[in-house]
Amino acid sequence: MSFISYLINGISLGSVYAIIALGYTMVYGIAKMLNFAHGDVIMIGGYVVLIAVSGFGLSPVLAVVLSMVICTLLGMGIEKVAYKPLRNATSPLAVLITAIGVSYFLQNIALIFFGAEAKTFPDIIKLPALKLAGGELTITGTTIVTIITSVVIVVALSLFVNKSKPGKAMKAVSEDRGAAQLMGINVNATISLTFAIGSGLAAIAGVLLCAAYPSLTPYTGAMPGIKAFTAAVFGGIGSIPGAMIGGILLGVIEILGKAYISSQVADAIVFSVLIIVLLVKPTGLFGKNIQEKV
Amino acid sequence: MAMLEVKDIDVYYGMIQALRKVSFEVNQGEVVALIGANGAGKTTILHTTTGLLKAKEGSVTFEGVDITKMPAHKIVEMGIAHVPEGRRVFADLNVYENLLMGAYTRKDKKEIADGIEEVYKRFPRLRERKTQRAGTLSGGEQQMLAMGRALMSKPKMILMDEPSMGLSPIFVNEIFKIIQDVSAQGTTVLLVEQNAKKALSIADRAYVLETGKVVLSGDAKTLMNDDSIKKAYLGE
Repeated sequence: MSFISYLINGISLGSVYAIIALGYTMVYGIAKMLNFAHGDVIMIGGYVVLIAVSGFGLSPVLAVVLSMVICTLLGMGIEKVAYKPLRNATSPLAVLITAIGVSYFLQNIALIFFGAEAKTFPDIIKLPALKLAGGELTITGTTIVTIITSVVIVVALSLFVNKSKPGKAMKAVSEDRGAAQLMGINVNATISLTFAIGSGLAAIAGVLLCAAYPSLTPYTGAMPGIKAFTAAVFGGIGSIPGAMIGGILLGVIEILGKAYISSQVADAIVFSVLIIVLLVKPTGLFGKNIQEKV
Repeated sequence: MAMLEVKDIDVYYGMIQALRKVSFEVNQGEVVALIGANGAGKTTILHTTTGLLKAKEGSVTFEGVDITKMPAHKIVEMGIAHVPEGRRVFADLNVYENLLMGAYTRKDKKEIADGIEEVYKRFPRLRERKTQRAGTLSGGEQQMLAMGRALMSKPKMILMDEPSMGLSPIFVNEIFKIIQDVSAQGTTVLLVEQNAKKALSIADRAYVLETGKVVLSGDAKTLMNDDSIKKAYLGE
């Protein structure tokens, strides 16, 4: 029974990685850049909920909505101020280094305003735990909410990208930015929308992460951010189903590694998986084969 | 007043100047060809006209409106469509979805459906392959799709960049016949071609480019009989 319990915990953690990975993968697919500040947006989202609930006594639902609004605006702001001016830079490294800079910037802003000590995240998911198999298997309310939320997000996002007009514009921009412009698609607006969606999702991921591990510091987002990036690469960067599957697999590997091998080397196992996948299948599980044009 | 007026444009790629004081015009209903060797600046001219590149000096005017600094997606709404070099269809989308992308600036669903039907009538082969991924089409079929996609915006003027490149002779003839049809139905055509002979045979007027400058222009028939043109571009 403990294996099933670990598995469910892994899926739950993996669902959070998946939601973060979706932001990574969409931004990569459309803006062709790795937004290394994505993890830190999660942390900001966490603090917004913390302050709104503990400081201002807002209801958890309102706090989450507020956090999504702030993260969405933050993501769009970062894109406009830090990344857009570099869109036609000669080296793609320029925007990558800037993203790392933005990541440190957000961490240090949080350090100044909220301090370095860990804050206890309020208990906002008040769903009772589910007891199964005569009480031998307990699934917490947070786990249930996390898994359901991630499924809803993936379904909604897939529908949006494949059916809606702005979603199709995203697909066109990700394939060929110039040709998309010639169709009358506003590329800047499409990239901005992508950052908005990715950052809104980051806010949700922040809440779910902090609900499961209720301790918040300015560095809370960094490690899950890197792991979600790993998940996105694992699944095939640019692919929405890839990010989902990659995230869940990574979460399961991490929790099972912690449980059966060693909690100290669990992170090492996670990153070893990335290295092995990249060696065997460089494009990731669902990645497209990019053929070099001759 | 000409439909499209390009006046003294200078265009740069970084430090390298690609166009020097290029001027030309296209009148409503005309087929105008731009001919010249590789690297003469033909594609650069089209990219500057549709806003993918911006001129450093000079101006581009369409139907009296200055579009020199207008973003590319707005220029499409003005009524200019651009069939880019190398087709650049959306490989992961199917034929039908590619055509829908071409109608991105249009709102009326009925008109879009009619437009797609028109494209299928013009290119029956695209109807046969409507659910097929565009990346799996042959070069000639992709060229048809790229043209169909451009026509979906109901353009007043269509710019075509090397439509015959890499195609078999049968397809080349077919593509040129379609360009003539499109022109006959009232769409103004600006055509860039390396196949100068073919281009001059369907064009009303032409401009000859060399290393970023217009060196010769005039009536297509006259140019075809010009000795220097014959020698340099027609292989006679």
